[in-house]
Amino acid sequence: MADPGKQKGKPVPEKGKEENLRRLFWRRFRKNLLAMAGAFIVILLFIVALLAPYLSPYDPGGIDIKIVLQEPTAEHPFGTDALGRDVLSRMIWGSRISLLVGFVAVGIASLIGIFLGALAGYYGHWVDNLIMRFVDIMLCFPTFFLILAVVAFLEPSIWNIMIIIGITGWMGVARLVRAEFLSLKERDFAKAERALGAKDFRIIFQHILPNALAPVLVSATLGVAGAILTESALSFLGIGVQPPTPSWGNILTAGKDNIEIAWWLSLYPGLAILVTVLGYNLLGEGIRDAIDPRLKQ
Amino acid sequence: MGLYLLKRLALMVPLLIGITIISFGVIHLAPGSPIDMATDLNPKATAEVKERMRALYGLDKPLYVQYWTWVSRMAVLDFGVSFSQDGRRVADKILERLPITIFLNVLSLAIILLAAIPIGVLSATYQGSFFDKVTTVLVFIGFAVPHFWLALLLMILFGIQLGWLPISGLKSLNYEYLPASMQAWDRISHLILPVFISASGGVAGLSRYMRSNMLEVIRQDYIITAKAKGLSPRIVIFQHALRNALLPVITILGLSIPGLIGGSVIFETIFAIPGMGQLFYASVMARDYPTIMGILVIGAVLTLVGNLIANLSYALADPRIRAT
Repeated sequence: MADPGKQKGKPVPEKGKEENLRRLFWRRFRKNLLAMAGAFIVILLFIVALLAPYLSPYDPGGIDIKIVLQEPTAEHPFGTDALGRDVLSRMIWGSRISLLVGFVAVGIASLIGIFLGALAGYYGHWVDNLIMRFVDIMLCFPTFFLILAVVAFLEPSIWNIMIIIGITGWMGVARLVRAEFLSLKERDFAKAERALGAKDFRIIFQHILPNALAPVLVSATLGVAGAILTESALSFLGIGVQPPTPSWGNILTAGKDNIEIAWWLSLYPGLAILVTVLGYNLLGEGIRDAIDPRLKQ
Repeated sequence: MGLYLLKRLALMVPLLIGITIISFGVIHLAPGSPIDMATDLNPKATAEVKERMRALYGLDKPLYVQYWTWVSRMAVLDFGVSFSQDGRRVADKILERLPITIFLNVLSLAIILLAAIPIGVLSATYQGSFFDKVTTVLVFIGFAVPHFWLALLLMILFGIQLGWLPISGLKSLNYEYLPASMQAWDRISHLILPVFISASGGVAGLSRYMRSNMLEVIRQDYIITAKAKGLSPRIVIFQHALRNALLPVITILGLSIPGLIGGSVIFETIFAIPGMGQLFYASVMARDYPTIMGILVIGAVLTLVGNLIANLSYALADPRIRAT
């Protein structure tokens, strides 16, 4: 994880410098082979998800009892499941679920985290105390327990899953943003705004926040990976995305049910999750190193 | 030290109150009341029965009264009666399963420590070596791999293809009839896969952390001094550097407890281990609300206790912490 304390020396971009910084970022990012590999995986997955209807060779819901649990063949490269559906097609459609859950859940977590972290860091005192104690309390719950408990009360559906992963995953972002605000609010530009009589709201969201977003971008990229993992685990346990909607996690459930006869149901969807999560992790670390090479381990 | 302990205990009080408020909030997330959901599935529940249950749970009272009743019962570990067929007390159901979960988690913590620290130290000492590169790749994969999938693959490989290890439960069906020597192996062989799975994520995380910690420490002045006065590399690494790099590990272990406990749902379910995680999963599937709430609170309290132990160990190991 990035230690926010180490970023104190980071220069605040001014208008003219911004172009240079962006170019500097790209130059560093391009040189990092692993980061480029991560970016490649992520872009590829976007394309697959967008073009799912054109890429998938069969209807993902197309049942064919003549070819139940068939081993991988030329016609069905990843085999078929217990209802004779083509596993490759189901995985291609499943990539949409992963992408959707990853981005929406992280979007929710980031919004909550940015908002609470900004308030805590900017106002300090009892506001800070209250919000940070709330963070501490939330961190006491084993996240997976909290998610499962909430799912038990609400119906398991893809929308509920996204919201629940979001509202149980904002604490890290809040801590990051708070730390950024603590140092940024003492900078001259923020003090100048205050002296000019700008409203708090304007200082927080228009002036300080844009400067605090770099670490949030990194943690959001890594967060997408985490959300995809959580969704697949929930779907695997049968309390996430519900069949017949295909998701990588619920194809794996079928893999577990047929574990003694159909290894292909277990192997391929898991590989897809592994590669996806690896891609987002590499991309996130790459962005971090390109923003601030001093943080590189 | 006594003062420090008191301070830590006092800090736990607001956290405990917060945990109960959030858990209480979760119950009230449900559309309708928990009673409706419990009785909807039961055709024998008449309006009168519902009313009696509502009174029992205090659902006809204002929220703060409900909260207070709930907390005071929770304080004496009275989580009510399970909605499931057996109708047993939730506290009993949890308590009989808790030792299994704690045992497995302590075991995997031990494995994490035993594996991750040497890996981290070696890859930092020989930075850029073949070993370092291989472990770095493995760590990246370890972060990205879905553990339930890894469990499936290992079950297929070792359980089904090779037939070396059992893939479910804590002992074989014919355990009672095995000779004593085989009984011990039976127990151990049932533990290998679950413990490996639950420890693998922690090993990846901690070895990475240990590596960067060591890299930081061996650049410190006192390490240069130790080298300059001609101490052997072995003594410099193991006596001077390692001791300082190990300190923050205690905190990391404390922070990893909620993840481990949460993860027990997954591996206990996959490997059919009768622990608290499996009970939780079964309760979620059966909408057994009293049990769900009981385990949620217990899980959070376990985390709190784990963090307390981590903080105290840190204070024991590092006198600077006690002073502040």
